[in-house]
Amino acid sequence: MVNTRIQTQDLNLWFGKQQVLHNVNLPIYDKMVTAIIGPSGCGKSTLLRCFNRMNDLIPETKIEGKITLGEQNIYCSKTDVTKIRAKVGMVFQKPNPFPKSIYNNVAFGLVIQGRHSKCDIHGRVEESLRAAWLWDEVKDRLHTPAMALSGGQQQRLCIARALANNPEVLLLDEPTSALDPQSTAKIEELCLELKKSVSILIVTHNIAQAGRISDYTAFMYLGQLVEFDVTEKMFTVPKDKRTEAYLTGVFG
Amino acid sequence: MKGYKEKLFKAITYTASLFTIVALFGIIISLFSEGLPIFKNVPIAKFLGSSAWYPTHEFPEFGAFTLIMGSIFVSLGALIIGIPLGLGSAIFVSEIAGSRLKEIVKPIIELLAGIPSVVYGLFGMAFLAPLVRVWFNLDTGLNLFTVSVVLGVMIVPIIASLSEDALANVPKSIREASLALGATKTECIFRAVVPAAKNGIIGSVLIGFGRAIGETMVVLMVAGGSAQIPHSMFDSIRPMTSTIAAEMGETVMGDMHYSSLFALAILLFIITFVTNLVTELVFLRRSYR
Amino acid sequence: MNKRKLQNYLGVSVLSLAILITFGFLIVFIIRMFYMGSSVLSWDFVFSSPQKGMTAGGIFPAVVGTFWLTTLAILIAMPLGVFTAIYLTNYGKPVWLVRILRISINTLAGTPSIIFGLFGMAIFVNLMGFNISLLSGALTLAILALPMIINNTEEAIRSVPKDFSDASLALGATQRQTILRVLLPTALPNILTSTIISIGRIAGETAPIMFTAATFYSRRLPKSWNDEVMALPYHIYALMTEGTHAEAQVPIAYGTALVLLMMVLSISAIAIYTRYAIRRNRKW
Repeated sequence: MVNTRIQTQDLNLWFGKQQVLHNVNLPIYDKMVTAIIGPSGCGKSTLLRCFNRMNDLIPETKIEGKITLGEQNIYCSKTDVTKIRAKVGMVFQKPNPFPKSIYNNVAFGLVIQGRHSKCDIHGRVEESLRAAWLWDEVKDRLHTPAMALSGGQQQRLCIARALANNPEVLLLDEPTSALDPQSTAKIEELCLELKKSVSILIVTHNIAQAGRISDYTAFMYLGQLVEFDVTEKMFTVPKDKRTEAYLTGVFG
Repeated sequence: MKGYKEKLFKAITYTASLFTIVALFGIIISLFSEGLPIFKNVPIAKFLGSSAWYPTHEFPEFGAFTLIMGSIFVSLGALIIGIPLGLGSAIFVSEIAGSRLKEIVKPIIELLAGIPSVVYGLFGMAFLAPLVRVWFNLDTGLNLFTVSVVLGVMIVPIIASLSEDALANVPKSIREASLALGATKTECIFRAVVPAAKNGIIGSVLIGFGRAIGETMVVLMVAGGSAQIPHSMFDSIRPMTSTIAAEMGETVMGDMHYSSLFALAILLFIITFVTNLVTELVFLRRSYR
Repeated sequence: MNKRKLQNYLGVSVLSLAILITFGFLIVFIIRMFYMGSSVLSWDFVFSSPQKGMTAGGIFPAVVGTFWLTTLAILIAMPLGVFTAIYLTNYGKPVWLVRILRISINTLAGTPSIIFGLFGMAIFVNLMGFNISLLSGALTLAILALPMIINNTEEAIRSVPKDFSDASLALGATQRQTILRVLLPTALPNILTSTIISIGRIAGETAPIMFTAATFYSRRLPKSWNDEVMALPYHIYALMTEGTHAEAQVPIAYGTALVLLMMVLSISAIAIYTRYAIRRNRKW
């Protein structure tokens, strides 16, 4: 039995006059990995950024339609956007730890909420670092600069940082495109582990990666959601010609 | 609660920003309210056109023409020294020096910009002027030539650092294109790179001009201070800024002399304002986001 | 072909000459200052009061005066400047206000320092009745320093990669939290180094304090901010122009100039060096 964690309804998005997303209806299931694939410029990253309202930061963005997280409409004017962003964590393409210590990076989200005790934060930091498989590598140097970590470690730190907020959903925006194959493999394994507790939505350029880790896959093309299905099904018998063309490498 | 803090913080930044605007308007208003009364007694045309500056006579006269010309001569003199040295240094740093040399030269030029003008004034007055007097066999070394040299060196860092920025912004492809066509280093610099950085270089010169015409201490100490149109470059000279600085102490607040010095300041302000505006809008094309 | 080679050689030589002349002047300048200044420079010179109508004694009141003028000016200008820069980089609305603000900043930055002096005299000394005092001088210098601090802080904040603020916002931080916890701490080293450079600049300003704060001769130290103060740059000017004992006063002027120069150049040099070191070492 699968529960829907996030559902978009007739989502349309414009940057200025240019329409970037067209009538997207996409469910994101609880405790599953959903991958969004598609050629460059198809709007997959923009769609991802709708779920934590990061698109708000781009001037002249207009959104129509509805996105519900559980019972809550994300785009309702009464919604506190900072709470949404705490519930929907995000990891970016390029690892972007703050120029602070490892500990302060992970504690950041908790500290800004201002309602956790030192002890609490301490526990959550360890928990999150363990969950991101980073604890053993950094436990002896928690107070050294995060910038000194390797790229793969930095990206796992960013995941730990997002996990510290106890999010319901984790958005990953091409998280491995700046990493070497080994670090990539580690993060892919990590995703499979994390989905036991959190829903994961991952945008990826790498079709094979989507095949390896996702339960569901959405294929986007020119701002439209062309096809959404169980990954195995889509990868073996795509319904749409465009999906088939993309998966077989005709364009991309 | 959270929203309230956000709004308060935003309001603080907003209020702080208003201070700068208020300060500028305060300057403009105070200059005009103290300076304009002179024009009740002295027509603007006479103030600008007459050469008779006798503010403390029994029947005082306020003709600022020689003072205005003094400022212009001094600034042009400074540019004659400052442009070749500043621009030459900028081109050297940006096009010829290797990265090691650049790392030494650039901070030194930056440091040069930090020398207080009164120290330049002291150097010009106590060291350079006596030398100039002896070398050229003059009555006094405090003259247009000496002040131009000191002021010229003073604006070198300004012209050099701004021109260097302009040169650094010239795309590498322009250099490569000209070198690939067989140009020598010099040809590449003067035929390709410098023309491409033309606007920024002119902008840097205008900013140097604004600095020179507004400089007070060096001209006060080194220019000699006699109000006359110079006939040779070894004549003593008196620009607007040094007149204001030297005479303000003798005035009584609100009298004609006081007011006439503020009128000079208005003129000075307008000149530097227009120079800056033209520089920003035409040559540096800063966008006013 | 030979002609072009010659031409090329000449061009490079002329450019090298420009920088050699500039540096030559600088070297003569520095040597002269140290040579003349060091003959009177001593601990006693720096830490004692002037005597016998400034023909003898030290410059301690001027050192203290310059210290307080500069410190107060920076303490006033720094918060205003930093908050203004935050407004420009993070809020920037309404657009017309930003436009007026930018024009104001650029105009202030290009306004001759003597005009700040007149403004300070008209407003702080006369209109507000602060008289010729430490306070009037510090306020005048603060306005002079404001555009420098705004521009430097803005540049420092803009050099912080957008990745950092994105990450902070995506973790649920508000804009204020992002500014205070991520942007400012990251930009802080750059803000501080460039502020130190502006400290050097305003410590050496003479024209703005001539009619607002500075006094020619004082044997005692300023007691409150209503007091007139001696200041190093004004002291140099006064010694060179207002005395009758040139042979005694010129060496003191050189000594004062050397003290001012060493103060200004050493703090600028430290700031400039630190800035280059930061740029080399930073990982973002």
